[in-house]
Amino acid sequence: MTTRIDRRMAQLKQEGRPALVTYFMGGDPDYDTSLSIMKALPGAGADIIELGMPFSDPMADGPAIQAAALRSLKGGQTLAKTLAMAAEFRQADQETPIVLMGYYNPIYIYGVDRFLADAKAAGIDGLIVVDLPPEMDEELCLPALKAGINFIRLATPTTDDRRLPKVLENTSGFVYYVSMTGITGSALADTEKVAAAVKRIKQHTALPVCVGFGVKTAEQARIIGASADGVVVGTAIVNAVANVIGADGRKTADPGEAVATLVSGLAHGVRQARLAAAE
Amino acid sequence: MNEPALPNSFRTGPDEQGMFGIFGGRFVAETLMPLILDLQKEWEAAKNDPAFKAELTALSTFYAGRPSKLYFAEGLTRHLGGARIYFKREDLNHTGSHKINNCLGQILLAKRMGKTRIIAETGAGQHGVASATVAARFGYPCFVYMGATDVERQKPNVFRMKLLGAEVRPVTAGHGTLKDAMNEALRDWVTNVEDTYYLIGTAAGPHPYPEMVRDFQSVIGSEARAQILEQEGRLPDVIIAAVGGGSNAIGLFHPFLDDKDVRIIGVEAGGRGLDGVEHCASMNAGRPGVLHGNRTYLLQNEDGQIVDGHSISAGLDYPGVGPEHAWLRDTGRVDYVPILDDEALEAFQLCTKAEGIIPALESAHAIAHAIKIAPTMGRDEIIIVNLSGRGDKDVHTVARMMGMEI
Repeated sequence: MTTRIDRRMAQLKQEGRPALVTYFMGGDPDYDTSLSIMKALPGAGADIIELGMPFSDPMADGPAIQAAALRSLKGGQTLAKTLAMAAEFRQADQETPIVLMGYYNPIYIYGVDRFLADAKAAGIDGLIVVDLPPEMDEELCLPALKAGINFIRLATPTTDDRRLPKVLENTSGFVYYVSMTGITGSALADTEKVAAAVKRIKQHTALPVCVGFGVKTAEQARIIGASADGVVVGTAIVNAVANVIGADGRKTADPGEAVATLVSGLAHGVRQARLAAAE
Repeated sequence: MNEPALPNSFRTGPDEQGMFGIFGGRFVAETLMPLILDLQKEWEAAKNDPAFKAELTALSTFYAGRPSKLYFAEGLTRHLGGARIYFKREDLNHTGSHKINNCLGQILLAKRMGKTRIIAETGAGQHGVASATVAARFGYPCFVYMGATDVERQKPNVFRMKLLGAEVRPVTAGHGTLKDAMNEALRDWVTNVEDTYYLIGTAAGPHPYPEMVRDFQSVIGSEARAQILEQEGRLPDVIIAAVGGGSNAIGLFHPFLDDKDVRIIGVEAGGRGLDGVEHCASMNAGRPGVLHGNRTYLLQNEDGQIVDGHSISAGLDYPGVGPEHAWLRDTGRVDYVPILDDEALEAFQLCTKAEGIIPALESAHAIAHAIKIAPTMGRDEIIIVNLSGRGDKDVHTVARMMGMEI
């Protein structure tokens, strides 16, 4: 099976540059604003979109993404609305891969079969579910693969060579390497260690390896992109939204534009990555 | 939900995947998975190691004061005029509750694993105090995550933890209660994977915690079973314990699970009633979901978002429950009933006056159910209530509820 993710990754490989993978929180601060942010991402240079599914108890996330999830839920977002948002985006964009990212409980409550059918219909290409390690593959990973949706697994610094094959076994689309032991939004880890880890993972798989957690600036994207097949940016984008929302909930500037400006800079960064590496 | 087939024994779980039927499991981020597998391996080795067992028994005896007494509550029995009520006196343990049983076991495991830093979450502060205590005893730095709301309503315990050398970290996320403290402790663990041992206080979380904590707490039920046989010459008719996460309850229940004539009742926090959202009765008013590493009954909305509950008792203020309780509920082996804030408060006062024992508000929920059913039972029948902790920590809360300033 070839998915939009596979096609996009192959295309970027030909172009000789890493992918810019952009995470934003679905429904933050409300459905319409969030949809406008999503629509602005490809034009600003995002290659793959990670659409965050808000959860009340995001245990692997830092304060920024947790706050975004709470804003989104307060704004009335639900899993059904997040799927609707993806479907609406898909009407105008048939190419940009969409990966849903979040936690298992809202999916479990929605119903796994119903979720996969609706996600497929909405044009979803992949899933990242933080609290489903390979030990729990029967819950969602295997049904997702059967439904033709990539299941993208996180590999972390604690995933040693002994465990790596288990983590990679049912992974598809790409491997998401978590640059550090920690939560989203922490400081970026030692980039040389990250590069070594990417190399280590690539010895075990032919899948592209994208790196996330801690990448906030174009310069960091450039450095990480020199060794990784993709760079994931999340907290910085979520912060760009938060920065234009006042304490009273009113917008002080257009969140779509704020995100687009940031993403353009990051896109420039990943396009410099291999040039710099080749020097 | 499918009706699970009744097992031959209720005491064999969990399976190798850490499941009790559909409940339990290991729903954690990949970063933690290798740590949890290490813990499981070490726990398997430790529980079969006579030296580990001997060290734990010695500490339980000379440091914690075990065995705790099984006390015939004559005053309360006479007052109610029905079944004979016994209290399993976990309130008499060092640190004032059952929490020390688990903490001693886990600190020995942390030592065995070469960890040098202890983290814990706490609701009422009883587990925080017990964690700070064993950390002090073994010379480890200890960081206790506690919801900001709980820090406020459990001030004496916060101070005790500080005296014991622990750092209490207030958590302001969410409603600032136990659920949020657990999120924050997990974030700490995922960040400090090399040196940190996460000392979970209840029989919940990812496998092997529910099994491990149950085994450390089962000393309660094992002792109670032997004690009642010695003191009354027979098994009890009913045993009752309060259930938040459910560690004191599973500790009392587990050794009795295959005694089919013993009726087992877990008491959930009914708060201000089950109609609204101001309760913590996950097994009476929630449904199965996944949180904090395990599948279990949870208070949640129709979108799968976790709902903050309410209880007068900080120790019961948790929207989930240990997975083994969820399984025992579905198999029908244990009945789970709600007790309201007001009923717990009345039981607190009655126990204090009739027995001269100030119970923890958590334990008062269990006593309240005994007060309900004892008069309907025969005078030759026996109830054991787990008096899981002492109530000194709650006097401020109770005073406020009674409209008094102290």
